[in-house]
Amino acid sequence: MTELKQLYQETILDHNRAPRNFGRLEAPGLQRAEGFNPLCGDRLTVYLHLEKELIRSILFEGSGCAISKASASLMTATVKGRSIASTHELFEAFHRLITGAGTEQDGFVLGKLAVFSGVCDFPSRVKCASLPWHTLMAALKAKETPQPVVSTE
Amino acid sequence: MGRVNNHSAAGVTALGWDVWNIRRDFPILKQKIHGKPLIYLDNAATAQKPHQVIEAVNRFYLEDCSNIHRGVHTLSERATKAYENAREKVRQFINAKSNKEIIFVRGATEAINLVAQAFGRTTVGAMDEIVLSSMEHHSNIVPWQMLCEEKGAHLRVIPMNEEGDLNLDKVNLPFNERTKLVALTHVSNAIGTINPIRKVIEAAHLRNIPVLIDGAQSAPHFRVDVQQLGCDFYVFSGHKLYGPTGVGVLYGKQSLLERMPPYQGGGDMIRSVTFEKTVFNELPYKFEAGTPNISGVTGLGAAIDYVHSVGLEQIEPYERSLTQYALEQLATYPWIRLIGRPRERVSVISFVVDGIHPHDVGTILDQEGIAIRTGHHCAQPVMEHFGLSATCRLSLAFYNTREEIDALVGALKKAREVFSNDGA
Repeated sequence: MTELKQLYQETILDHNRAPRNFGRLEAPGLQRAEGFNPLCGDRLTVYLHLEKELIRSILFEGSGCAISKASASLMTATVKGRSIASTHELFEAFHRLITGAGTEQDGFVLGKLAVFSGVCDFPSRVKCASLPWHTLMAALKAKETPQPVVSTE
Repeated sequence: MGRVNNHSAAGVTALGWDVWNIRRDFPILKQKIHGKPLIYLDNAATAQKPHQVIEAVNRFYLEDCSNIHRGVHTLSERATKAYENAREKVRQFINAKSNKEIIFVRGATEAINLVAQAFGRTTVGAMDEIVLSSMEHHSNIVPWQMLCEEKGAHLRVIPMNEEGDLNLDKVNLPFNERTKLVALTHVSNAIGTINPIRKVIEAAHLRNIPVLIDGAQSAPHFRVDVQQLGCDFYVFSGHKLYGPTGVGVLYGKQSLLERMPPYQGGGDMIRSVTFEKTVFNELPYKFEAGTPNISGVTGLGAAIDYVHSVGLEQIEPYERSLTQYALEQLATYPWIRLIGRPRERVSVISFVVDGIHPHDVGTILDQEGIAIRTGHHCAQPVMEHFGLSATCRLSLAFYNTREEIDALVGALKKAREVFSNDGA
């Protein structure tokens, strides 16, 4: 049970039950991208509103497992108000964390996102945690034109 | 390896069925996963192999390894004999008229692709129609879709009702003068429905429409007689029938196969080759280009021998009672929702757990040593029909036990605990 407890930490279960920033953003000039995991059918859309180099507002909607939902929820809560450059750094640290290559410094940078450290023991679940981030990266690149669906495969 | 001897009476039926004895034939079942005995409930994905099959494959490489249909030496003669014996075993297994009607392929998927290419491309034209059902596996959708795209033809779909049975009223059988083929699954891989395929075959044949049956999920569970069914093509995979991966069977009526052009070109499928002209070999070799999966075919032959030795007439009632038990156990809990209640079914059961995504259920069960399938089961239209993106699926084989189903229910309760303790 210990590995399981490490995976399904209370924060993750809480964000799964009551995801933050869940919904559809409708504003002129918004950027969006869709993510899809063909393995399990998880789907989500990330909506962004950028102001200069800052993520002014971010919402997501979709359906998925606890890991992907909590990851999307915590991601949106963490990057809201951040600069694009710092969001990219965060993503890199997060990716190292969930693939078991995280450093002590990453832990400091990631803050609350460190609750996903248990994911690296479950290789089939790494994509669940990373799907929202890949989708966010695609949304950052999208300039009002709809982006192709991001796939984990 | 800690064989359980205090087994329940339920495992030993009045027919003399001793599941604990049968389990000894499957070496893989003795292992532990995360410190718990492996409980393998993912048989619809692939079935485990008895040592009789593993040994047959081994024996081929240890003693008989050689190419077939060419050498005059002893090894080649032995390998050829084993390969052709397996063809005869398959013929008897599905009661085909002739060995010429048994084509070895990589699996059910390749068999369908073969028919789509060799039959479909020469038969289907612009505005023609191919009829499928709404419970097909992607392997019985995509090859036809690709063909339709190429030819400007269309797919028509037989709908399914709330219970997960096909709607076979006359109005729902969309046959017309443009229908060139019906491709229908015998058994749903996602929800276990056994389709009344004879009814569809008879209706199609009234209009001279040939019918392909996807038997990937039926061949392992009950006796199939292609002559009695009257289907024109029947396909199945060896690995779901306790045989090796990478080998499967296409059955086709000889008259149809004769008319079809080859699927792939190469060695073994020719009679003579010059740069001006190639004369193709006769059936079934016309469709078996290149060196085939000789060890796999030999292993499939051993798997069929094994299934005969256990006896489909024993397997069927045992699996039925085990399925009934699983359905009853799962239905006890209001937080488990069974997906589909087909009139007739095999031992494939889809369900969802309230508030827990199937993927999370799968991970938690794995920690308990229990293997089930979670996801869309390569049948996204079925998921869409039930308004879901994924389900949990357990699929039983004749080596599974009631104790394993009890353990599954226990692990599902544990999953609920993991998900309800948050914030407490």
